[in-house]
Amino acid sequence: MIVDKIKKREPGIKKIKSNIDIPIGQWIKCDNCKDILYKDDVRKNYNICPNCGHYFRMHIGKRLDLIVDEGTYKRFDLNLDTTNPLGLEDYPKKLKTLREKTDLEEAVACGTGKIKGEDVVICIMDSGFLMGSMGAVVGEKITYSIEQAIKLKLPLIIFAVSGGARMQEGIVSLMQMAKTTAALTKLDEAGLLYISVLTDPTYGGVTASFASLGDIILAEPGAMIGFAGPRVIEQTIGESLPEGFQTAEFLLDHGFIDKIVERKDMKETLYKLIQYHKGGEA
Amino acid sequence: MGKEISAWEKVEIARNPKRKTSLDYINSIFDDFIELHGDRNFKDDKAIVCGLGKIGKQNFTIIAEQKGRTTKENIERNFGMPNPESYRKAIRFMKQAEKFNRPVITFIDTKGAYPGIGAEERGQGEAIAKSMFEMAKLKVPVISIVIGEGSSGGALAIGVANKVFMLENAIYSILSPEGYSSILWKDSSRFKEAAEKMKLTAKDLYSLKVIDKIIKEPIEMQEEDFAKVSDDIKKEIKKEISRMKKLSKDDVIEERYSKFRNIKELIEK
Ligand SMILES: [Zn+2]
Repeated sequence: MIVDKIKKREPGIKKIKSNIDIPIGQWIKCDNCKDILYKDDVRKNYNICPNCGHYFRMHIGKRLDLIVDEGTYKRFDLNLDTTNPLGLEDYPKKLKTLREKTDLEEAVACGTGKIKGEDVVICIMDSGFLMGSMGAVVGEKITYSIEQAIKLKLPLIIFAVSGGARMQEGIVSLMQMAKTTAALTKLDEAGLLYISVLTDPTYGGVTASFASLGDIILAEPGAMIGFAGPRVIEQTIGESLPEGFQTAEFLLDHGFIDKIVERKDMKETLYKLIQYHKGGEA
Repeated sequence: MGKEISAWEKVEIARNPKRKTSLDYINSIFDDFIELHGDRNFKDDKAIVCGLGKIGKQNFTIIAEQKGRTTKENIERNFGMPNPESYRKAIRFMKQAEKFNRPVITFIDTKGAYPGIGAEERGQGEAIAKSMFEMAKLKVPVISIVIGEGSSGGALAIGVANKVFMLENAIYSILSPEGYSSILWKDSSRFKEAAEKMKLTAKDLYSLKVIDKIIKEPIEMQEEDFAKVSDDIKKEIKKEISRMKKLSKDDVIEERYSKFRNIKELIEK
């Protein structure tokens, strides 16, 4: 079903240079249908399995290409690094290696851009950087972006993907939940639109802060979303989890998201929602 | 008081089932405590206790995570691990506090929000996020006191305060040392080492500006010590409330905002 729709998509999604999209040479195995796929076919198909419709994770560059008008993205000029508050020996080295390996600065990219001509502040998280975990840099960048949205009177869009808190930063990571959430109270008071888009996986401290506070919350099909991880829940209750537990569809059923949107429709949906929240008559 | 003990020893003290619970402190600090129940939506989740109390003529709204001592109590209290309804009950009382212009005092003592099927079905993440959101914008002063275990988002959910106090041997952390070592090092047996690394003691958290005041306590609390510790907390509450009552409502919100806004631990690259 999803596959049919996707095959009919218009061509022209640009390939971007990235060495972390698909790890094994020219081929990739689908987690869902176990089919071995030619990675160019997956790439051309919005990072979706052409065989079964399974959504592969999408990195920042590709997401920007998909959502933001070409040439309009301007990153916020923040060049921040953690103080390594717990003094873990291998953490700074790990960050350095990751930065070199992935071309990413951190687990989120933030800036301004246009969506079909509409100005927005946009934050895109990336699971390729310590599982999109939220440390002080991520918390600061998200908070700064919220403050910029207020200053520039623009809608805010955040694509979430995260395993939750950044363990290596301990309590400082935890506090980013309060910091980002408090900033959102100001965006709310300013009457500005915040659309939260949940992608696979969104968990822990990110689910329990900014990701769950959108005026509108969208999700990609099949995305796993929750507070506690499935293994922790299984261990606690001593039984296995029901089919479909913590999927985007499960959250939609239980009333915690507004809409599930396919990748090919995401940009248009965001555009329409932004249009609905522009000025208008009182 | 004051003898240096290891972080892991503090974890054990904080978790000791004989340790004083929130209700012990509430009854000792406040006069005329009246517990009020329910989230008006689904149920009365008993891992968080809410109600009204007073110190002298000053009324307070009280929100507290409550552990049990006996097995029976712990089952009733879900071992102090709140379900979403607890946070929604807390939100209800925060909003009433604002309406009736009462300061809010919260007591933090939890292993974390409950990881269960029902909790996820009813939006545990949303409940925690919303609780912090409502707390961040309250127009009345808020003080939180970490009295035992303050673990993860389940603790912070009721910890977005103007001032955070912490008992000397309480702990406050991103998750349990056991969870931390198994996630970060894939080795749950290194929990003692994790406890030392995590900066979960009152002293460490004070230096990180996560908490604002350490309340001294002995390692083994006798009844007369408990009266003294309660009294110290009461004095600090009175001091802070009389200070904050002189602030405008906007300044009360702004003070709370800055506290969390400024937890950065960042350097320029
Ligand atoms: Zn597939």
